[in-house]
Amino acid sequence: MADTISFKEYFDALLEGKLLGLKCSDCGAYTCPPKAVCDSCGSRNVERAELSGKGRITTFTTTYIAPVGYDKEVPYTVAMVELEEGPWIVGRLEIENADEIGQDLIGEEVVVEGKEFPTEMFYPDKKKRVVPVFRLEKA
Amino acid sequence: MEKRDVAVLGVGQTKFGYHPDKSLVDLFAEAFYEAFNESNIELKDIQAIYYGNFVGEMTDGSANLSGFISDEIGLRGIPARRYEAACASSSVAFREAYLAVAHGIYDCVAVGGSERLYNAGTAIGTRALATAVDGLHEMTAGLTFPGVFALAARLYSKKYEIPMEKLHEKMALVSIKNHKYGAMNPKAQFYNKFGDLKVEDVLNSKVICSPLTLFDCCPMTDGGSAVIIASVDFAEDVIDNPVYVLGTGQSGAGGLFRQREDMVRAIPRKIAAEMAYKEAKLTPKDIDFVEIHDCFTIAEIIASEAMGFFEYGKGADAVEEGETWVEGSIPINPDGGLIGKGHPVGATGTSQIYAVVKQLRNEFKYNQIKDAEIGMTDTLGGDFGTLVNIILGIHRR
Repeated sequence: MADTISFKEYFDALLEGKLLGLKCSDCGAYTCPPKAVCDSCGSRNVERAELSGKGRITTFTTTYIAPVGYDKEVPYTVAMVELEEGPWIVGRLEIENADEIGQDLIGEEVVVEGKEFPTEMFYPDKKKRVVPVFRLEKA
Repeated sequence: MEKRDVAVLGVGQTKFGYHPDKSLVDLFAEAFYEAFNESNIELKDIQAIYYGNFVGEMTDGSANLSGFISDEIGLRGIPARRYEAACASSSVAFREAYLAVAHGIYDCVAVGGSERLYNAGTAIGTRALATAVDGLHEMTAGLTFPGVFALAARLYSKKYEIPMEKLHEKMALVSIKNHKYGAMNPKAQFYNKFGDLKVEDVLNSKVICSPLTLFDCCPMTDGGSAVIIASVDFAEDVIDNPVYVLGTGQSGAGGLFRQREDMVRAIPRKIAAEMAYKEAKLTPKDIDFVEIHDCFTIAEIIASEAMGFFEYGKGADAVEEGETWVEGSIPINPDGGLIGKGHPVGATGTSQIYAVVKQLRNEFKYNQIKDAEIGMTDTLGGDFGTLVNIILGIHRR
């Protein structure tokens, strides 16, 4: 049976240090963030699962020009992380010298945590904005 | 069902740039009447309007624009609708219009788009553009469009083992090329500007989203564009220089995090381009020139590979070797592209068609590609969320 996880549940769990996703009973792949079907094979035969929250940086960028609603946070570094279980997620890397380190950051091991930021006019959650934040393992 | 052949009757485009005193409707109307005036038809011949606009709600407080547009240009009451597919809005509109005419629903329709992002200012413009990323899982981190392509640039550097600094020098050549051509285009936002950039100018301009600098990015633009298309029988009765639609393709994808490493291979673009080649019974080698969605320098490189002009990982070298310049084997963006000409999002797709049709009719006053018979457009909506490719030619398929 298809299990579903609302975005509220996903982000609330992240704030408590838990990364929720789905595990496919047909192909075994993980889907994170959760969606209606398995991201790998499209099956609806998925069950909720807790992921390890560990992964590696695959790419990143430090943003200096931000949209309205995010301008007080610049500069900030957005990163993509490949989780141990396979899925990629987008979040923030809270270090100040990402550009100095450059490409060497790619491949670094991280742990994901949730952090609450002020929401903004157009963000779908009008109460809070939870950002996956990546902490460098070796730091 | 057998499809009818479809041809372009006329094309129009406003000057791209800053239009504080022209509304979304005004910009569309101006482009529409340029297209109409060269189509040799009467207004009543136009049976429907396919209009592209991305963020009228945020820039002008206006949605539901199709009725206003049809009324204001003198076509009150005909079926009109707005298409929204981020930067590919008017290319999706064009493809839907093409399919409607090809399948006999209409004989003659108007397509186009307009947008006002320059006038909206950078902070609102950047937020408006960012509505095309995943609204929850990408937006929460503050991912912007320069950010999307900065992520892609670093991944490209890693995947193809080209040091980031070296890759950035090659990316800079895309900006230099497209600004050189944009500076020649009287309708471009940067007409007579930045025509002689150097690599250092690009690398040393303000960092927007590292490693991308200001000159890696297309500008925020106000503008409009329009195209009138008809069935071949209708077209050949009224004009003697029809340009034929040979093939179209469309595909899409979810957020960047779903595409993972494939983001640098732009799989939806590969699918859309192959769909267009198949319909046109052509291969990438048959294409004489192409208008590619160069929203950022790295975007043009990735696109040139996914469309089949170069092997994966070789697009950056191709720019350096001159292959994509006007004198090269596959000229890309002889009108300046988004970087040199400007990017009024909802108008961009049909402005690419404007450029291809002008080339094929031998009407380019600068950078005319000699003996060009087949041209192609490539429009990207969002972070590979929507991809449209259209092939046009001077001979029927």
